[in-house]
Amino acid sequence: MEALVNDLGFIIGTTLMYSTPLIFTATGSVITERSGIINIGLEGMMYFGAFVGAAVAYFTQDPWIGFLCAGLAGAFLALFHAIATVTFSAEQIVSGIAINFLGPGLALFLSRLFFDGATQTLTIPNKMPLPLNFLFGDGKLFASTGFMDLVFNQFATVYLSIALVFVAWFFLYKTRLGMRLMAVGEHPEAADSLGISVYRIRYGAVMTSGFLAGLGGAAMSIAVVSRFSNTLISGHGFIALAAMIFGKWRPQGALLACLIFGGAKGLEIYLGAKGFPVPSSILATLPYVLTIIILVGWVGRSRPPAAIGKIFDKGEA
Amino acid sequence: MKFTAAALKEKILKGSLGFTLISMVFGFSLGAIVLLVAGFNPIQAYWEILKGIFSKPKYMSYVIIYATPLIITGLSVAFALRTGLFNIGAEGQYIMGAMTAAAAGYFFKLPMVLHVVVAVALAVMIAALWGGIAGYLKARFGVNEVISTIMLNWTALYLSNFAITIDAFGRSGTGKTYTIQDTAFIDILGHWKRTPEGIEFLRNHPMLWDILKSPVNLGFIFAILLAVMVWYILNKTTLGYELRAVGHNPFAAEAGGINVKRSMVVSMFIAGGLAGAAGAFQVLGVSHRIAKLAVMEGYGFDGIAVSLIGNNTGPGCLLSGLLFGALKYGGSKIQDAMNAPTEVINIMIGTIIIFVAMPKLIRLILTYKSRRGVK
Repeated sequence: MEALVNDLGFIIGTTLMYSTPLIFTATGSVITERSGIINIGLEGMMYFGAFVGAAVAYFTQDPWIGFLCAGLAGAFLALFHAIATVTFSAEQIVSGIAINFLGPGLALFLSRLFFDGATQTLTIPNKMPLPLNFLFGDGKLFASTGFMDLVFNQFATVYLSIALVFVAWFFLYKTRLGMRLMAVGEHPEAADSLGISVYRIRYGAVMTSGFLAGLGGAAMSIAVVSRFSNTLISGHGFIALAAMIFGKWRPQGALLACLIFGGAKGLEIYLGAKGFPVPSSILATLPYVLTIIILVGWVGRSRPPAAIGKIFDKGEA
Repeated sequence: MKFTAAALKEKILKGSLGFTLISMVFGFSLGAIVLLVAGFNPIQAYWEILKGIFSKPKYMSYVIIYATPLIITGLSVAFALRTGLFNIGAEGQYIMGAMTAAAAGYFFKLPMVLHVVVAVALAVMIAALWGGIAGYLKARFGVNEVISTIMLNWTALYLSNFAITIDAFGRSGTGKTYTIQDTAFIDILGHWKRTPEGIEFLRNHPMLWDILKSPVNLGFIFAILLAVMVWYILNKTTLGYELRAVGHNPFAAEAGGINVKRSMVVSMFIAGGLAGAAGAFQVLGVSHRIAKLAVMEGYGFDGIAVSLIGNNTGPGCLLSGLLFGALKYGGSKIQDAMNAPTEVINIMIGTIIIFVAMPKLIRLILTYKSRRGVK
């Protein structure tokens, strides 16, 4: 019985750990899409954030400075996406694809410069802290092994990501700025006529999504593992994008979708470790097949923001 | 036809070719700036890249070999895009095509030409169905093709990795499949160049020998044919007209009596088949087997760039695919020659694409002078 509970704890724990990078990125994606700008460049922003996070954490020996710089790195790339799409009416998906070349390009270019020609960083000295670690151990509230430890003794990024979803939810539905942002995504001309600056809100939204995608990348490189490598971010940005749509353009929905993706990963690792007879590659397809199946039965009730992907040009409006 | 400077400027201002060329100037300039900031001599770097592309026949044939799959995945993306569909799934369709070609190439025992035809046809078919799934989901259930193709990419990757673990197909422990039968090879003089007579002959013909040092194959010829085919279908057939009409304005197309849903499925089906052909030619002509994939190889994603830079036309993909192949191959040379990161190529390509996406900005820059004159 105890073994079973511990196994469950292991699955929940790995689920949370692997969901975290997705949650940061998908939440950012909700913000930008709600303002009417598609950001398919999340992958590139995560990639760049993962590198900058690990590199800064390596040189400063401080994971928090690395984490913050990763966000700024993502926002830096997002600035180009914003300039292209908001100011110069660029096709949003095309611009996002450009970011997906720029992000890995910049990350690997810098990695080779600072890490002696290698496409990966060295191991960082200090990973993200475990803020609740003081509760676990001999004579503490909980034992240092077992269910409670596996589930609740997580990296700081895990708690931050969950908190972020609440903040994003509150921002969108309970603040004036959030309502305005959604109005811009639904009907920019109407919002504009009410004196809301569509451009400013969209710049803010796109750069927020870049910042959060950068954090998502760092949540991978300085918490889940302890270095950046060229294969670390392989499709996570795209999965986060899918999670956002899966979650019907809402932070809480995206959270749930990210947990499903993370859960599939956790299950895959668990069953792989247990020598489960189903091949791991077949298990690995599960979340993707599941997403398609759910989308088929789901989209009827889900609707993207009305002005998504459409160009807003004040001069022509 | 007049070739005055003004007429030329007019052409560049209006035409998308001009925008693409100007975007490329921006891309290469930014690449130079990045290299300069990082402490490398950009002129030397570009010289190394040019040397790495043109200085030996072997290099040029490698460029073509690099370009071949990218041209074809580019065609795949372009074809879907002309119907208004974003085929992010060329990557997965490529994988399905490569896997099918590797299986057909290994398991079937057929005479020479027939084996190639069968392997390619099967690969195209399977990949077309894989692409068609996304088209069908969009048409029938309204599932966004960007999302469904991303999911199908990963499903394809893991399916391919699973296939390699099957004992009859994969060489156990190596993470690779068995080499396909000789009859399925599309290499040019692949066997002859290793026979004693071949070696003897090539000794006396150093240029040919140099070319044949690379895995020269028929793939590029097929790529050209496919580019012509895409151009022909899109521009000269009723089907192409209908597909483009849907891409231009689905509501108007619907009102005009075009079956929009059917068009979506057909478009993704053909796009998938194209990407599958890319995978098949790569297996039959270059790798001769498939290997376990830890991450996406990027042929499909690069195809998106090829399509966008090539203005989503058949001939455009051919040219931009060659450019992409040249940059990829030539760009890898600066690493050894001057220890400069080869990834500057990705920065250039990203920059070119972002400028291609912003004709408004380029028009603004180009007309800046004349507008100032008016004021």
